[in-house]
Amino acid sequence: MKEYKLMKGNEAIAEAAIRAGADGYFGYPITPQSEVLEYLMAQKPHERTGMVVLQAESEIAAINMVYGAACTGKKVMTSSSSPGISLKQEGISYMAGSELPCVILNVIRGGPGLGTIQPSQGDYFQAVKGGGHGDYKLFVLAPSSVQEMADFAKLGFELAFKYRNPVLILADGIIGQMMEKVQFFDQQPRITDEEIIKKYPWTTTGKTPNRERNIITSLYLEAIVEEQHNRKLQEKFKRMEEDLMFEKIECDDADYILIAYGSVARICQKSMELARANGIKAGLLRPITLYPFPSKQISGLAGKVKGILTVEMNAGQMVEDVKLAVMGKTPVAFHGRMGGMIPSPEEIVSALKNKLIGG
Amino acid sequence: MTEEIIIAGFGGQGVLSMGKILAYSGIMQEQEVSWMPSYGPEMRGGTANVTVILSDERISSPILSKFDTAIILNQQSMDKFESAVKAGGLLLYDPHGITKHPTRKDIQIYKIDASEEAAKMGNTKIFNMIVLGAYLKVKPIVKLENVIKGLQKSLPSRHHHLIPENETGIKVGLEMAEKIN
Repeated sequence: MKEYKLMKGNEAIAEAAIRAGADGYFGYPITPQSEVLEYLMAQKPHERTGMVVLQAESEIAAINMVYGAACTGKKVMTSSSSPGISLKQEGISYMAGSELPCVILNVIRGGPGLGTIQPSQGDYFQAVKGGGHGDYKLFVLAPSSVQEMADFAKLGFELAFKYRNPVLILADGIIGQMMEKVQFFDQQPRITDEEIIKKYPWTTTGKTPNRERNIITSLYLEAIVEEQHNRKLQEKFKRMEEDLMFEKIECDDADYILIAYGSVARICQKSMELARANGIKAGLLRPITLYPFPSKQISGLAGKVKGILTVEMNAGQMVEDVKLAVMGKTPVAFHGRMGGMIPSPEEIVSALKNKLIGG
Repeated sequence: MTEEIIIAGFGGQGVLSMGKILAYSGIMQEQEVSWMPSYGPEMRGGTANVTVILSDERISSPILSKFDTAIILNQQSMDKFESAVKAGGLLLYDPHGITKHPTRKDIQIYKIDASEEAAKMGNTKIFNMIVLGAYLKVKPIVKLENVIKGLQKSLPSRHHHLIPENETGIKVGLEMAEKIN
């Protein structure tokens, strides 16, 4: 059996990026995700695999380095926390428009503005509804454990290249800072330049005989061409449902369903256990992909239960998507904490009782 | 078996590393573990705490408001966490700098003069290991051999020469915990 390591989520995703054969990481430090860059620097991946790790002069520089490197078919990533992710949005929109693969990690902290360094899920809308300008989606993964931080680095690159689209890993300060045991997959070789030319014929790889030159752009001045480009993008965003992921825990006999993602789903699992110990049949649905969103699965459960409680570390963002899925079939309530406060398992049970069960 | 622990004190007392060694010890005996530190402004202001969970089953929430055990190393942490111990649970504290001693009757309270002992031994750095030893005397949730293995894993190899004195600290602690109620 493979060895278990005890690691922070931020360190685990950094180690996994090296092992996934990443070619480059460009970033700028910000709490609570600075360990990603620190770990990568300490590991000297240039010596391990030839991977480039670079601290850019700003978040904007970092995302544009990712943009440039992605054009050449390289596996590249960046990471930041909320204010830094806001700075990156222009580059992310350009990459979505240019159909470029990359992995972006957002370890969310409290906001708005400079906010606080403690955990939050206040960037849900920014993550799943676009974030930058224009009609686009990111493929959004929401890890709820250190193991998933590691696994999603590899999966993120696979999905980014499958769809030629940026993949966002949406974590928060809890997932980034806590240590759990984690097992790593074996080192994968980095892709060679020859393999890139063969596998990804769209890339800009310098002079290549026997083909037209490739142009990577998000600029289409003629409206009719831009519309065609948009139709193609939308069709792709819809196709992402192929890779929808979610987890259901004790939903089969449940009267009430908790819906939460990331670290809050872990807290809700404890709430579910407490509720069941009190004779309340509670279940948990955890969306693992936030885009695509498990709307059909939620809709399916809505017909069978007495109510749904959505729990988030924000003022109520994912609950809007839950309500769109439920379409009034069952009551949907919300419990949230903001600004870096973390809901306790007990207060979620109280919210379930007060807002849905009554008394 | 699931043991939910909060360790709380000042930054520099080794609160986070004590938690890390405990978590690694859990891994050494094939348990599930989680280690969740305070990393917010309270850390920058001096106090530090860490929630450690060891379990034979998959761990749900790494964030808790009630604990089986609280290991308390300063007054601020006593004020905050005495009430967070589950009924029947354990509170272990170092009286050094404590002005308001714990008063609850529904929990077990143990005292460990670890800072005094560490000073007597002329090695204040093993303070946290003395506390860990005292905890393991009251609740032997991990075997000493697994703690040593945990130390080997959590310390970088350039610090492995310090393992024997850490082990001494744990053994001293194992003899010291004093029951208050």
